[in-house]
Amino acid sequence: MTEERFDAIVVGAGMSGNAAAYTMASRGLKVLQLERGEYPGSKNVQGAILYANMLETIIPDFRDDAPLERHLVEQRFWVTDDTSHTGMHYRSDDFNEPAPNRYTIIRAQFDKWFSRKVRAAGAIVLCETTVTELALDAAGKVIGVHTDRAGSVIHADVVVLAEGVNGLLGTRARFRKVPKPEAVALAVKEMHFLPEEVINERFGLTGDQGCVIEAAGTISRGMAGLGFLYTNKESISLGIGCLVSHFAATLESPYALLDAFKNHPSIRPLLAGSEIKEYAAHLIPEGGFKAIPQLFGDGWVVVGDAAQLNNAVHREGSNLAMTSGRIAGEAIAAIKSRKHPMTSDNLSLYKAMLDKSFVLKDLRKYKDMPALLHTNSRNFFTTYPQLMSQAAQNFVRVDGTPKIEKERATTAALIKARSRWGLVSDAVRLALAWR
Amino acid sequence: MTASVVRIEDKLYQNRYLVDAGRPHIKVRQHQSPSPNLLALTVVCPAKCYEVNEDGQVEVTADGCMECGTCRVLCEESGDIDWSYPRGGFGVLFKFG
Ligand SMILES: Cc1cc2nc3c(=O)[nH]c(=O)nc-3n(C[C@H](O)[C@H](O)[C@H](O)COP(=O)(O)OP(=O)(O)OC[C@H]3O[C@@H](n4cnc5c(N)ncnc54)[C@H](O)[C@@H]3O)c2cc1C
Ligand code: SF4
Repeated sequence: MTEERFDAIVVGAGMSGNAAAYTMASRGLKVLQLERGEYPGSKNVQGAILYANMLETIIPDFRDDAPLERHLVEQRFWVTDDTSHTGMHYRSDDFNEPAPNRYTIIRAQFDKWFSRKVRAAGAIVLCETTVTELALDAAGKVIGVHTDRAGSVIHADVVVLAEGVNGLLGTRARFRKVPKPEAVALAVKEMHFLPEEVINERFGLTGDQGCVIEAAGTISRGMAGLGFLYTNKESISLGIGCLVSHFAATLESPYALLDAFKNHPSIRPLLAGSEIKEYAAHLIPEGGFKAIPQLFGDGWVVVGDAAQLNNAVHREGSNLAMTSGRIAGEAIAAIKSRKHPMTSDNLSLYKAMLDKSFVLKDLRKYKDMPALLHTNSRNFFTTYPQLMSQAAQNFVRVDGTPKIEKERATTAALIKARSRWGLVSDAVRLALAWR
Repeated sequence: MTASVVRIEDKLYQNRYLVDAGRPHIKVRQHQSPSPNLLALTVVCPAKCYEVNEDGQVEVTADGCMECGTCRVLCEESGDIDWSYPRGGFGVLFKFG
């Protein structure tokens, strides 16, 4: 095999790598995909919500056999303090459509399925193979890869780096830097198993309907972070993630944080009696638009989390990964069909196509958000949630205090905590970053 | 709320691993006293792979490592640690992920 030459080598069999390999193989390219895990998905962690449109563009009939857990009919956003949550629930019967928009999935199972499609499209997929280094020629062009299997360089015209958030190969080749602690969140997650009927009853669901909760507030102890609870068929995915720089500064332990979230009075009853079967940890790119590195060069492109293509504000990652993988695959196939070489100039087509897609448009929209949340986390994740809870409690509790006094107390609490100027400036900065 | 004592061993016990005996994928550089970030890893590593030994130095035992990369992001650049992936097929094997 080492004598063989490939049109393209894809490093990684996650969301972006599978999309790229599938796209190229189904266009007739000779593709080798390398994955370090025992099976595709064995190293991957996700919440996990799957956005159907982006997968549908790649595999239109995926609903026929993809391992989908539940389609989502209800979304809850919670702001928590230590004893309460203030929430917004959105539930709509419109989501009970013939081709639903969002599903929960279990990544290890989903990635295995996606990989079967990649193989069926004609790619060669080798698992249990860690790519150790990119092979460069004297001019610095990528000509293939070195792996930890015996043998010499495996050659290809182009290498697609779909290696995920840690992106070891690209950083070792100095194509980009190791992510900064303030540009990545560490998420920890547990799988809680419960009978299907119990989940249906607790969340008011029938059949394969699903409900998800996103929670922010004092659960992250002043760090910029988010908790989540996603319903699967017979399990609940529960997790929480915060910026690595904030973990290092506060010296909070991730598993203690997860345990406190689990024991929050609003969450605990939803999990009661569950059996935990896995504990996982993974990074999430949170640097946004400003953290996106060079996306292509002579003989290589980078896709998905390795390129920081992740929308932390909307908790979307896998769809940006799939879309960037697909677009890279299409660009490479187009260059190949014109019989052009895989030079940096020609591969800039990938970036041009990505610029036109929702991927870079969305990330550009929120380019100032990561810095804002990084530097103001205590206000956004502790002070305001506490105030919100007090205000809600003031509003709801009937105790003979005249309403006008309650309103004054709420306003006074706000100003005391943050000063009029602070409140206005936070609001303005949030609005600008959201614009 | 009463803080419950979390035993990380109990959590990691749920997971499947194929340990590459004798070939640790993370190494800590020799040091007299640990840098603040290296010391932070004793709390921040989600698998509690880092510990302070009797001599006040930070050691790593990567058997329970989930390969998240947090320690790499905090300590690779300063040279405090050497970070790699395990050999293909070894390390953590998520059943659900
Ligand atoms: C807790 C959590 C919750 C999330 N929730 C959501 C969600 O609900 N919805 C959503 O859309 N996104 C979510 N995301 C983000 C999403 O998981 C990622 O954006 C997505 O997985 C990125 O895909 P990828 O292909 O770029 O990288 P990955 O899926 O990480 O794949 C990288 C692959 O490359 C392999 N690899 C790496 N290096 C090498 C090497 N040297 N040799 C061989 N193989 C290698 C790895 O083993 C892995 O299989 C979440 C992430 C986390 C951590
Ligand atoms: S990679 Fe993650 S789990 Fe492994 S030792 Fe480093 S911080 Fe701990």
